[in-house]
Amino acid sequence: MPLLKIRNIESYYGPIMAIKGVSLDIEEGSIVTILGANGAGKTTILKTISGVLEPEKGTIEFQEERIDGVSPADIVRRGIVHVPEGREVFDDLTVRENLMMGSYLRKDRLGIKNDVEMVCDYFPILRERTNQLAGYMSGGEQQMLAMARALMARPKLMLLDEPSLGLSPALMNDIFLIVRRINEEQKTTILLVEQNARMALALAHFGYILDLGRFVMENTCEELKENEDVKEFYLGVKEATVRDTKRWKRKKKWR
Amino acid sequence: MVLVEFTQTVITGVSVGCIYALVALGLVILFKATEVFSFVHGEIMMLGAFIAFTCITFFHMSYILSFLAAVFITGLLGIGIERLTVRPLIGEPVFVIAILTIGLGYVFRAFVSMVPQWGTETWGFKTPFSDQYLRSGELVIAQDLVFIIVCTVLLILVLAAFFRFTKAGVALRATSQNQLAAVYMGIGVNKVFTLTWAITAALGGIAGVLVSPLTFVHMYMGLFVIKAFPAAVLGGFSSIPGAIVGGLIIGVAESLSGFYLPEGWKSVTPWIILILILLVRPQGLFGIQEKKKV
Repeated sequence: MPLLKIRNIESYYGPIMAIKGVSLDIEEGSIVTILGANGAGKTTILKTISGVLEPEKGTIEFQEERIDGVSPADIVRRGIVHVPEGREVFDDLTVRENLMMGSYLRKDRLGIKNDVEMVCDYFPILRERTNQLAGYMSGGEQQMLAMARALMARPKLMLLDEPSLGLSPALMNDIFLIVRRINEEQKTTILLVEQNARMALALAHFGYILDLGRFVMENTCEELKENEDVKEFYLGVKEATVRDTKRWKRKKKWR
Repeated sequence: MVLVEFTQTVITGVSVGCIYALVALGLVILFKATEVFSFVHGEIMMLGAFIAFTCITFFHMSYILSFLAAVFITGLLGIGIERLTVRPLIGEPVFVIAILTIGLGYVFRAFVSMVPQWGTETWGFKTPFSDQYLRSGELVIAQDLVFIIVCTVLLILVLAAFFRFTKAGVALRATSQNQLAAVYMGIGVNKVFTLTWAITAALGGIAGVLVSPLTFVHMYMGLFVIKAFPAAVLGGFSSIPGAIVGGLIIGVAESLSGFYLPEGWKSVTPWIILILILLVRPQGLFGIQEKKKV
């Protein structure tokens, strides 16, 4: 039984249908990634899961309970936390206060205290910056804070939207390693949305490819990495053949 | 003698300034958290004063109890305003809610004029500090003024502690900074808005009770708020310390110009100061120039 089960959801941004009938299964303990170009609808899927957008059609089940149409706060309470694109930390709150907001719905003082230590072990920089305002931190530090803040809710499922956005390659690597550690050590299931396909495919177990609001391919990341289309359009690997010179003729097979 | 006069004028100014600060504080907190500019704040203040007046005069309750009753009822009123009138308009343009609050102001004034024993007359009530004075040498200060200053300082400390150390207070700041991120954390934005209205309306009620010995209780006392606008704008309209400093500046300037300058200056000085400061610092004293993210 998958932890999260999405069946045929359709979501709209105003009059525009941003996702057109998407189904998705996430097994407990896995890392699943959604790849796709700008505007493919990746963020919309995450927003629909976290309850910020309500799907027009379709169902979302988490731990075998329907969560479509449930309030965002209830969804956090059930164990799904969204780390939004662009970090969205609280600029004028200190690091400590940001973490406190991550555990907003929790009441177990002792557990919260332990978890502050736990996230500071993953992101040691936060321990040094406890009393600094989040707005004055660098982009990488803010990304770490955003993830730490989400972990403070003790999520069963973490939705990660473009964690590598605007980071240096070295920092990106750090973030991805920590994501893997969190997945292995905390048993947190992760749904990762990424533009950096190479990183995402290296990290995740299972991948979906989203194009114009529809999944066009789904497979294990091992298989996806070997797929010709994925190689060319997402990994930038080109074959040195005649086709190379007439690249404009090549079409994605799924269209 | 000159020095004594000056000191007394300044102290009067500070205590009136404290009230401006309290009113400006209410406006700024509400604006920061909910992006609503409330024109009904003055009427909430007036109702606070009327409630205290009624409790003292007709129910013969003690001053402290009447004070608390006024705070409690105005706080509830804030919750009612948010739930019944503001919440259905969430998502509408800002001016819609602003106009709504102007309308509510009229309704409350009309309500006061219709209540028997309130009506359109001017009332007053005795506080334990009425006609009591602190003396030191030639300096004579009314205890009412001292009480206003002490109350304001205490309130500001309590508010600061609330915003700094309690989960609800931090959540309120978080929501005012980034509403979407607050939703992602599971913070119920509606609850935060209700809490904000309750706090700011109670602050208005407190200001109303405190100012009563100076302005007396009548249906137009809400117009006092007009002079707290420059205090709020002076401070930058987004800064809580700014609202307090702005209130004090306006209060002291008004009091000094009333004493030393010809008649008529008193009412225009706050605005002159506002215009001068905005010419030099358009973002206000403590305001931060908003930079648009690209």
